[in-house]
Amino acid sequence: MSRRQLMVAAVLLLAACALPFAVSDYRTFQFTLALVYATALLGLNLLTGYNGQISLGHGAFYAIGAYCTAILMDQYGVPYWATLPVAAAVCLGVGFLFGLPALRLEGLYLALATFALGVSLPSLLKYHDLEKWTGGVQGIVINKPQPPLFFSSLGLPINQDQWLYYFTLAVTVLMFVLAWNLLRGRIGRAMVAIRDQHTAAEAMGVNTAMVKSLTFGVSAMYTGVAGALGAIAIQYVAPDSFNFFLSIVFLVGIVIGGLASISGAVYGALFIQFVPNIADEISKAAPWAIFGVFLIGFVYLMPTGVAGAVRMALARLTRKAQNP
Amino acid sequence: MEAFLHQVLAGLATGGIYASLALALVMIYQATHLVNFAQGEMAMFATYIAWTLVNAGMPYWPAFLLTVGFAFVLGVVIERVIIRPVENAPVLAVVVVFIALLIILNSVTGWIYTYTIKTFPSPFPTQPVFGKYMSAHEGGAIGVTLVVLLALYAFFRFTPLGLALRAAAQNPESARLVGIRVGWMLALGWGLAAAVGAVAGMMVAPIVYLDPNMMGGVLLYAFAAALVGGIDNPAGAVFGGFLVGVLENVLGAFVIGNELKLAVALVLIIGVLVVKPSGFFGKVLVTRV
Amino acid sequence: MALLEARDLRAAYGLTRVLHGISFSMEPGTITTLLGANGAGKTTTLRALCGMVKTQGDIRFQGAPIAGRATEDVVRLGVAHVPDGRGTFVNLSTEENLRLGAYTRKDRHAVEQDLERVYGYFPRLRERRGQQAGTLSGGEQQMLAVSRALMLRPKLMLLDEPSFGLAPLVVKELFGILRQVNESERVSMLVVEQNAAMALDLADHAYLIETGRVVLSGTADEIRRDDAVRRSYLGY
Repeated sequence: MSRRQLMVAAVLLLAACALPFAVSDYRTFQFTLALVYATALLGLNLLTGYNGQISLGHGAFYAIGAYCTAILMDQYGVPYWATLPVAAAVCLGVGFLFGLPALRLEGLYLALATFALGVSLPSLLKYHDLEKWTGGVQGIVINKPQPPLFFSSLGLPINQDQWLYYFTLAVTVLMFVLAWNLLRGRIGRAMVAIRDQHTAAEAMGVNTAMVKSLTFGVSAMYTGVAGALGAIAIQYVAPDSFNFFLSIVFLVGIVIGGLASISGAVYGALFIQFVPNIADEISKAAPWAIFGVFLIGFVYLMPTGVAGAVRMALARLTRKAQNP
Repeated sequence: MEAFLHQVLAGLATGGIYASLALALVMIYQATHLVNFAQGEMAMFATYIAWTLVNAGMPYWPAFLLTVGFAFVLGVVIERVIIRPVENAPVLAVVVVFIALLIILNSVTGWIYTYTIKTFPSPFPTQPVFGKYMSAHEGGAIGVTLVVLLALYAFFRFTPLGLALRAAAQNPESARLVGIRVGWMLALGWGLAAAVGAVAGMMVAPIVYLDPNMMGGVLLYAFAAALVGGIDNPAGAVFGGFLVGVLENVLGAFVIGNELKLAVALVLIIGVLVVKPSGFFGKVLVTRV
Repeated sequence: MALLEARDLRAAYGLTRVLHGISFSMEPGTITTLLGANGAGKTTTLRALCGMVKTQGDIRFQGAPIAGRATEDVVRLGVAHVPDGRGTFVNLSTEENLRLGAYTRKDRHAVEQDLERVYGYFPRLRERRGQQAGTLSGGEQQMLAVSRALMLRPKLMLLDEPSFGLAPLVVKELFGILRQVNESERVSMLVVEQNAAMALDLADHAYLIETGRVVLSGTADEIRRDDAVRRSYLGY
């Protein structure tokens, strides 16, 4: 990472840390959700942006992570932070397993299969034989985490919303750093090679089957961890919150934010978190109409998303600075 | 035994609806190699138009015909305006455009008509006509579906325009060489697919009630049907539709319960894609390296 | 007035320029052949005439400019193109293929007559009229492709390597029918061929194309009798 990029990241991190003290609790909560979405979008972007596998059903992995956390906390009294590794492991496994048959499916067909997953998931969650685990239609309510005593003992009172924000921020930063590392390395390059020139990558000795399944697993893990964080932040999971439209929201996020871009996950998350808040005042249907119009607009006019536009703008500014 | 027969017949009725929608999907796939994820929402939107007409006092069958005509025009317009620019774009771009179309149609309908569930009239009498095995609407739905399918078959098989459409779908370059305007043939195909979808929507609405999200499950079954039959085979799509309808009903009533019916579609879709992607009757695609 | 005039045709596939300024002309009722080695640009010339590739330059058909017009429109002017590889609609029946050739025509009765005439030229097609076109042999598919073009009642037929992959006897039969059609129905033909000997037998005029340029032209007789040309350019 260049010195300048590091500086930008540091500044952003500092701003993020200062945020809860500058805005209301509700706003803090909204930013917590934005962080959750950022992680979820990063997951989907790893699969679709970097590896070229289309998923229209990533909401399913988000749901699995969320339910993992909810069930562990509600039925087994596991502390909230300990549920994260479990959610991660479960989603990694499920994603990898889903990725194995998905290997044979290209483009449209994979989109179809994941579409089917996304549409049918709520009914699976409502299945009454599983009700004692999933809580059926009513879902599960969990307790809001308390900030560790450490802070109040130091005389630094932070409330629950602020603590949740910092907790989510920490996990999100960790996930982003891990992703950045992964993409820089051999596997990351293999992922992109498979996306751009599948046959050539295979001919060069890349184990495409392994990389693709692994990417699916890691992608599911990221979105699953996001789901777990989301469940903790909202303290409620129910089948109807994880319907097909959640998967679409994720798709909107990565297209608007920018495919194959880590910063794109952040832009996209901010978009999908805050646009509905504004649009909701017009009508319940308005946010989706806006998403749809933006989707089409971005495909035609800005296919590299906000991240791409920012990159181009920065490049132009740098060129101007070098040739005044 | 009676209950089983009833489920089979009801399954044939819904199967006819799935067959129609699956046929629409296959028609578009044959011509463009694209899966129209928005097919369900297009049908739903047309059904709402029908509802508006009927509510304004128009008798059922004129409203039905007018809606079919409207859906046809809508399909043509969508192809020319929204799909044409991305015809040759990478797969992800096309999928995104289809999804965008899906959510725009869904949200615009919700905006105009609100999300409260409405009843949609059936043109068939309410008393059971076929004894306890099948309601009049179910029988009527099967009838309407068969009429539509036969009409389409006759169109493609016996008319010059139908022949031109088939030619344009199979071999666009040769079609141009005999003077066929391939672009307009594609638009025509989309129009027909949209019209068929509208019929499916109007037949299913009395059963599942009119609401912007009513076609989600139906579309999933139609996908399963199209895949089972072979995504490039119209007759296969029809066969698949009836098969899926019967399976859904029979399994739902006797084996797995109603809640998991959608999961049947999921299993079918993934199963077919993994085990035999060309379906029962489709052609096996060989990719040249 | 010349039936077809091409002046300074330039065409490229992406960044690769294939035609560097081809010029030729055809009188009505004649058969002209474009000869040359693989990759010389013969097929591209035909595609340029039909608007299937981006071209610069001037093309006039019966005096009217057609450069850059869409294929479907050029067809409606009476130009039928038999592409290399035949372009058969393999999933449709033989007769459906033939009827598609007449797609742009409005004179139903004459179309039926033409169908009969075409079956007269190629009785084997009549035998296989209901059969799926993809199951026909190579020779039969070539006959089908030529017949489909004839169903347009074209003024000009473009044929791209009609002898490709066919046994010599079959080629002889086919070219005999082409000559017959040309004489009795006054259909002009532009034939691209690698088989120079047979092409020069059939044609009235010939152009020799090499890497996107016309290097030689004349009547078929002259070129056939010129030993030096035959040996250095045509290899026999």
